[in-house]
Amino acid sequence: MATKTYIQAIAEATIEEMERDKSVFTMGEDLRHSVYGATAGLVERFGEDRVLDTPLSENGFFGAALGASLCGMRPIVETVTSFLWVGMDQLISQAAKMRYMFGGQAELPVTFRVRMFYARGASAHHSDRNYPVFMNTPGLKIICPSNAYDAKGLMKTAVRDNDVCLLFEDGIAISSRTEVPDNADLPNGELLVPFGVANIVQPGSDVTIVGIAGGVQHAIDAAKVLEAEGVSAEIIDPRTLVPLDTETILKSVAKTGRLVVVDPAHKMCSAGSEIAAIVAQEGFWDLQAPIQVVASEQINVPYSPALEPLIYPTPEKVVSAIRTVLG
Amino acid sequence: MALDKQQLVEMYRRMCRIRYFEEAVIEIHSSGELIGPAHPYIGEEAVAVGACAALRDTDRIAGNHRSHGHPIAKGGDVNRAMAEILGKSDGYCKGKGGSMHLADFSIGILGESGIVASSVPIATGAALAAKLSKQDFVSLVFFGDGASNQGACHESMNMASLWDLPVIFMCENNGYAITTSYKNSVSVDHVSDRASAYGMPGVLIDGQDAIAVWEATNEAVRRARAGEGPTLIEAMTYRFEDHSLGLDKIRKSEYRTQEEVDEAMTRDPLPIHRSAMINQGFVTATECDEIEATVHTEIEGAVEFARNSPYPQPEDLYEDMWATPV
Ligand SMILES: Cc1ncc(C[n+]2csc(CCOP(=O)(O)OP(=O)(O)O)c2C)c(N)n1
Ligand SMILES: [Mg+2]
Repeated sequence: MATKTYIQAIAEATIEEMERDKSVFTMGEDLRHSVYGATAGLVERFGEDRVLDTPLSENGFFGAALGASLCGMRPIVETVTSFLWVGMDQLISQAAKMRYMFGGQAELPVTFRVRMFYARGASAHHSDRNYPVFMNTPGLKIICPSNAYDAKGLMKTAVRDNDVCLLFEDGIAISSRTEVPDNADLPNGELLVPFGVANIVQPGSDVTIVGIAGGVQHAIDAAKVLEAEGVSAEIIDPRTLVPLDTETILKSVAKTGRLVVVDPAHKMCSAGSEIAAIVAQEGFWDLQAPIQVVASEQINVPYSPALEPLIYPTPEKVVSAIRTVLG
Repeated sequence: MALDKQQLVEMYRRMCRIRYFEEAVIEIHSSGELIGPAHPYIGEEAVAVGACAALRDTDRIAGNHRSHGHPIAKGGDVNRAMAEILGKSDGYCKGKGGSMHLADFSIGILGESGIVASSVPIATGAALAAKLSKQDFVSLVFFGDGASNQGACHESMNMASLWDLPVIFMCENNGYAITTSYKNSVSVDHVSDRASAYGMPGVLIDGQDAIAVWEATNEAVRRARAGEGPTLIEAMTYRFEDHSLGLDKIRKSEYRTQEEVDEAMTRDPLPIHRSAMINQGFVTATECDEIEATVHTEIEGAVEFARNSPYPQPEDLYEDMWATPV
């Protein structure tokens, strides 16, 4: 089986879906020159009509993607977390609400591929990890792959899904490699990962660690450190936050009695807080210790290399949270 | 009104300051000392310097991601600018902002924005404050050809014209937004053509000629101070370097031909201004050489200052979040 980078996986999914379905097209800034790495060669392969380089007009082209999707097209929009703010009107007032407001008449099969850069000295304007904002808006599916396999499988599912999907591509995971099977080796000839089904990254019995996006790797690294001390950690990657596979998380907590959530987003009203709230409400009697959420500090991202690394979750912070829940 | 010798020389000094500053940033970046993105302004110096030469310290400016040159042109301190870019505590923003967010409110630099076009409404609001508080400062915003396609830009221009605000919209048309060419992203021949739709003057100028930029800005500032409203100036310029340091996979010639880059580089704003001063008999070549040498030393000093400045401390993390801490 071949290993691929997260970016390669996204690129493959795009090509496969565009080949499969003529109504799929991509739009975004600087696609032809593949500034964000996942669109190289697409224009040559599919032509300019299906690979649109847009002007710098996020609110405009996000909305144009929605409008096209209402009329039979299936757009894939490429952007960056921090640029979502510019298109908020279209994302929140239209994308999230149209189907419901119009009594189910509106079909919006749009996938927003959203690169999530952080931890690379890009300062507050280019370091947003803003999926929780969109979780708080009913009507949007939120997808957070942590590795190349899931990125490919979830991306293909998103393109085929008839709701608006926001797929967040974690910037610290995008060059990481994982095994991604070739289509020929798959029973159905293609890789599809369903929404709402968590991945149990490793089974364990002493503590449950739920990792979100880049947080999964921190969970794995932390678990390795503690394994040497005889701690058995179960690591869960929800993969999609909306829909969220609460069942797998609750089952795990029922077994371990302890929960640590690792979320790169800011802590207040994060995906971590939501998961903690669900477990507190529905799994309270299984808990043997207070839940710990390891998330980013509740401050804007500082630029200085002396400050920025201090605000995000790290394996060390996860280790210390695990020690806390183990008592 | 014409520029006198002292003004012309100061303009040249500031253009050199920007150029050498950017060269130093490129060197520092390539040595790995800097990890984040930084967007060199080399080739576009005449726009910032010509525009700021028409402004007072009390006038406000705002910029974008490519904004090392704008604050330096406004009279910013290269030591503090360089320290900021290195993320040090003596930097303009104490290391919190970095390359895309230099700011010095004490001399009217309201800060730069990494989100394209998001400073345009800010500058418009600064002009609104001038009008409402009956102060005579004006505001000027630098933005790119790419930025001109954002709603925020169009909305600001409409409001500014509607309310006769003292704001100058300075579009730096360098032909590209990262790799996307002007012709593939703007529906009219010139950004300045749009001015008539807002009911304000649109002025198209040679952005490689600092004196031409000063002339156009000076007239726009006069209008603004007289309560006659905004002006849209489009300065035709060119980015000599890559879009960004740290995005080095997109080389400057992959989306532009090498001939185009070479051709544009023959119109370097520094020699253009230098020759203009010499030809008009204001200075000698030797005096220009001296200015250049002094500025080189100044920038070396800035790099040293920045390197010697301490990094902020972990306890600084929560500083400056709130006026009244929560
Ligand atoms: C809202 C938003 N979208 C996209 C980007 C990514 N981006 C950074 S600079 C840039 C191009 C800007 O072009 P222009 O306004 O012409 O300025 P130039 O870089 O040419 O000086 C883009 C697309 C961004 N920073 N903000
Ligand atoms: Mg440009």
